[in-house]
Amino acid sequence: MHKFLFQITVFIYFVSTVGFLVHIITLRKDAERIATVVLSVGFGFHTAAVLMRWFVGGHPPLVNLHDSLSFLAWAMVGSFLLFQWRCKLKSLGAFVIPFAMIIMTASSFQSKEILPLPPVLKSIWLPIHAIICLFADAVFALAFCIAIMYLLQERQIKKKRLGAVFQRLPSLETLDAMNERCLTVGFPLLTLGIVTGSIWAEKAWGSYWSWDPKETWSLITWFIYAALFHQRLTVGWRGRKAAIMTIIGFAVLVFTFLGVSLLLSGAHSYATWLK
Amino acid sequence: MPLGLNSPQIVLLGVNHNTAPVEVRERLSLSGSNTPALRLFAELPSCEEVVFLSTCNRVEVLVSTNRLDEIRESITKLWLDRGKMDSNTLQGALYEYHGTSAIRHLFRVASSLDSMVVGEPQILGQLKDAYRMASEAKTAGLVLNRLLHKAFSVAKRIRTETRIASHAVSISYAAVELAKKIFGDLTGKNGMLIGAGEMAELAAQHLIAGGADKLVVANRTLSRAVELSRSLGGSAISLEEVGDALVDADIVISSTGAPGIILSKDQVKRIMRPRRHRLLFFIDIAVPRDIDPKVNDIDNVYLYDIDDLKGVIEFNKAEREKEASKADRMVEAEVIKFMAWMESLNVVPVIQHLQEKAEAVRQKEILRSHKVIESLNDEQQKAMDVLTRSIVQKILHDPIVYIKKGAQKKNSEMILDAACSLFGIDGLEDTQKLQDKCLSDANQDKTIRKPSPN
Repeated sequence: MHKFLFQITVFIYFVSTVGFLVHIITLRKDAERIATVVLSVGFGFHTAAVLMRWFVGGHPPLVNLHDSLSFLAWAMVGSFLLFQWRCKLKSLGAFVIPFAMIIMTASSFQSKEILPLPPVLKSIWLPIHAIICLFADAVFALAFCIAIMYLLQERQIKKKRLGAVFQRLPSLETLDAMNERCLTVGFPLLTLGIVTGSIWAEKAWGSYWSWDPKETWSLITWFIYAALFHQRLTVGWRGRKAAIMTIIGFAVLVFTFLGVSLLLSGAHSYATWLK
Repeated sequence: MPLGLNSPQIVLLGVNHNTAPVEVRERLSLSGSNTPALRLFAELPSCEEVVFLSTCNRVEVLVSTNRLDEIRESITKLWLDRGKMDSNTLQGALYEYHGTSAIRHLFRVASSLDSMVVGEPQILGQLKDAYRMASEAKTAGLVLNRLLHKAFSVAKRIRTETRIASHAVSISYAAVELAKKIFGDLTGKNGMLIGAGEMAELAAQHLIAGGADKLVVANRTLSRAVELSRSLGGSAISLEEVGDALVDADIVISSTGAPGIILSKDQVKRIMRPRRHRLLFFIDIAVPRDIDPKVNDIDNVYLYDIDDLKGVIEFNKAEREKEASKADRMVEAEVIKFMAWMESLNVVPVIQHLQEKAEAVRQKEILRSHKVIESLNDEQQKAMDVLTRSIVQKILHDPIVYIKKGAQKKNSEMILDAACSLFGIDGLEDTQKLQDKCLSDANQDKTIRKPSPN
């Protein structure tokens, strides 16, 4: 049943993706409205799928790659819907939703079997740590999309090419402000994610920090975002530099999320387990 | 009985910026005459209804007439007599539209598709004024009232549903539109004018209208700066202070007559740190340029000179043209709808005749039985009257509904013919044919002269 719900979700997200793309190409307002409604419906199905999986498996569905990617996409769509509801950003959907769609597709290629939870992961800290981290990742993914939009728009204005792309993207300052907003939400979440992870590590392995690759790379990611956060507050770094930094930060984040699990081995990767 | 024959025709005669030079347009506006031009046209015997539009780019007379053959002659005669011009000039410049094409032309004018700058908004207001004058003078009736109201709603729809007016086509407005793409909202942004030229002043006014907050004017002669800053509600500084004042400025419009560059890349680079790298937008409309073009290379600084802005405008004009073809399709759909309404006017006389005939039959039959009826008391007589009336009405109800509906369809003529022969409406066939002939002639768009394409 949860697999079926998942598949329906993927299909609905696909329809919504098409809607957002149609909107950005034709600028038809109704396309965007329909896409948002469809997306909300998809989000409902996705929520049901995650809950069903939790119920069937008896443990939070945050353990293997399929789960993590699916939850990440869920958090992205959720953040996006919240974001669009609070402060509407033109054309954002056409960047974020295809991205979420790719993550869902990647997730659907992973094994969807629910395996019994390894004893070491049986802890209340599993959902706390994983959910916080994945939400931080989702918010940074949003920031990444906004940074890409900023760089695109910045380039148009700098090069004085005021054509189709220029018309479709929001103003620079709006994009920059939204980037900052994502950072002020994402950075505390990331910090909290690392702190909860550390507490859990102490309970499970007996030490707060053991320099396994996941931990190390999380710290590197944290430092990059910390630098960006600091520079913004003190020197007033903004615009292009801030956007580039956001993209670099996200690239490192992706490596921490995927690369470390798939390429490097350590205490965090129970074979192909966690993340 | 005058049936259908007098079905009104819409005719439009006029000149615009493409067909006639300004001297001709001036004369045709008949502004020198003591009597208002509208009144002169309304007094023509061939004019049923008339609206007279005169703007700096066009002079047009829109009439609803029953005498298609006379209308052109009487209007041109009036123009020639009152405007004191020779016939050849007028005939060369004049365009004339009938029926469908007149409606189409009016809709295009109202929607600013026929304007010199496509999408400019003034024409709709001017047309509304023209219509108001006509309705105050009671020269607009059933047909033109409806036509003009339709034109206004078409124009409004085109304005909201296409992006025909959404691209700036003047330098100062284009500059402000660009500023909005950089800063989003201009509220709380600070403007700066370097040099107090006319164009800079215009752009500054656009900035203030866009919500910009403070305005600083820097000029070589401080008195002029003070004067301008007062009228715009800002403060004045000398040219030497520009470097420091840049720290607080967001949008800088430069238009001095200086022979060389007055703001170098280094000067701008230096102020970026104190301004905490906030975005800075320079608009250099001076020739020769005031600001070093390399300023555009600094991060978070954007510099547009007059040629860049002209490029933007050229692009925007092309965009408007593209939107215009979308608008033309919308106009076409509305023209068809309006023609359907015009044609439905034809059924009115048929229905009238049908009702009159039925009433005549009823009266005749009552008269025939008057002896019986007179023997009844008042109440019974009244009931008799009501009864017969309602029988007639009930019987006619469905056919009338059918005719009304049929008038909107393609085969309306067939339906009208059928109705006439079914109910044996005398003499109608002949008049009907005449009327149909008039109508179909008009529908063939007897455009005598079309304006040359732009």
